[in-house]
Amino acid sequence: MNLDDIKREFPIFDDKIQNNDLVYLDSANSSQKPRIVVDRIYDFYTKEFSNVGRSVHYLAVAATNLYEQTRVSVQKYINAKDKDEIVFTKGATEAINLVANTFGQKYLSEGDEVLLTELEHHSNYVPWHFLRKAKNIKIEFAEINDNGEVTLEAIEKKITNKTKIISVSHLSNVTGAILPIKEIVQLAHSKNIPVLIDGCQGAPHLKLDMQDIDCDFYAISGHKMYGPTGIGILYAKKKWLEDLPPYQGGGGMINEVKKEGITYGELPNKYEAGTMATAQVIAFNESIKFMEKIGIQNIEKHEKELLDYGLEKLRKNNSVNIIGNPKEKGGVISFTIEGIHPHDIATILDEDGVAIRAGHHCCQILHDKLNLPATARASFGVYNTKDDIDKLDEAINKCKKIFNL
Amino acid sequence: MDLKDLYQEIILDHGKNPRNLGKFDNYNKDAKGNNPLCGDNVHVYLRLNENKKVEDIAFEGHGCAISMASASIMTDMVRGKEEKEVKEIVTDFLGMIKEKDSLETNILKDDEKTKLMSLSGVKQYPMRVKCATLSWHTLTSALDNSDQIVKTEE
Repeated sequence: MNLDDIKREFPIFDDKIQNNDLVYLDSANSSQKPRIVVDRIYDFYTKEFSNVGRSVHYLAVAATNLYEQTRVSVQKYINAKDKDEIVFTKGATEAINLVANTFGQKYLSEGDEVLLTELEHHSNYVPWHFLRKAKNIKIEFAEINDNGEVTLEAIEKKITNKTKIISVSHLSNVTGAILPIKEIVQLAHSKNIPVLIDGCQGAPHLKLDMQDIDCDFYAISGHKMYGPTGIGILYAKKKWLEDLPPYQGGGGMINEVKKEGITYGELPNKYEAGTMATAQVIAFNESIKFMEKIGIQNIEKHEKELLDYGLEKLRKNNSVNIIGNPKEKGGVISFTIEGIHPHDIATILDEDGVAIRAGHHCCQILHDKLNLPATARASFGVYNTKDDIDKLDEAINKCKKIFNL
Repeated sequence: MDLKDLYQEIILDHGKNPRNLGKFDNYNKDAKGNNPLCGDNVHVYLRLNENKKVEDIAFEGHGCAISMASASIMTDMVRGKEEKEVKEIVTDFLGMIKEKDSLETNILKDDEKTKLMSLSGVKQYPMRVKCATLSWHTLTSALDNSDQIVKTEE
């Protein structure tokens, strides 16, 4: 698949948005959807719909097979050892909540420490904060350095004999820093500490190999990977899924239900209570196929080129200040403009069809550390081009003009 | 939609050089407000004298041009007014930002109304309405002695 005309695969770019060609630079928030994914949802609902895993009629069996095919696709895509290590959730947020809740229940007690980093998204802090309230555990934060990175040394510094789990981002949604997750996992495992990776920003942009990374848990967001909203994935080593208690109770996750007691279902059903986001799971298979067709190496290369071009361009633009300078960086550029608040930047850019995000990007701890209430952020996906970055640059100049800079 | 309606000269001026920015010592009412979506915050301080008149008012905080300009213009406008007049102005302003085409109160002079109407451009930008209204809600909270931090989100 040629990346030069990949925009054509995405119906959102077919029409003008508010009389502008859309320059979509908000993929770290959520990616746009290729036609095949959208069509798959429509086709499933119009021709194939049934609930999965329960009835024995034709449609139910067919739908169940499709649903399970996505599990196998995901397993292969991230090179997990076993398909039962793939749990569907409503999003990466639920995946992290699942681990915090069940691991916390079984293994955390007063005084135990959970180690996070200062650049975590709120979804990798708040679930642990619940445990701080409920169980009086402590939360430690590995510090970012001046480049906006978290180094292995920074992690090591905060590990104590009370550290029970380490939960870190793969790729920062603000500075773009790619964390040395494999090394973090090695270090943690040498001290018998399990590791959860928040892969929201990693999975859409980097090659994933669970057996190579060797992490215990990896959380994935479907809608950031050209997939539908309402679906995420928790990868977890089988030993954990067998060992930890169930998360939510309901239909589908049980083995036997008696008045005097209940036994739970086998994997992966144990963690998939109730009717799941069936259509989204089935359509997510198309997202995986879409990414496989392009090839993750090509995605990485394309986004690296955009990043280098964008950094060079914006560095030349006076009064633009780029946040963080990590050596290993994904396709995210957060910036400020001296004298213009990020929300004003975002509103003015939007007038020209340039869609960026402004705010704290659900990373208030990081913004406090940087002493910035908010930043503006441009983030890339497969459909972005150098022309998009030129338009961003032009729109920034327009901003400066309006504000007499 | 036209950006010029939103970023009028008066907004840019008040946004860049907000009046009444800071804190003064002998305030007797105050309240905080924040917008969790963008991290903006404001702290309004005021002094009501024995006749329930706003003797002095100021604010601290940071935010976009719209929110800073709104707080700046608001504080200019309510200084010297009586509490119930202030409340009438707040209601009128919030009504104008939400639905009405103009300001109705007789408390404000025409030139003051013109100044306030410069904020009406946010109506076209639903996500930015909260930027313009945060300081006004916070002022109400200060007058009502509410301990609750005003939030733009529930």
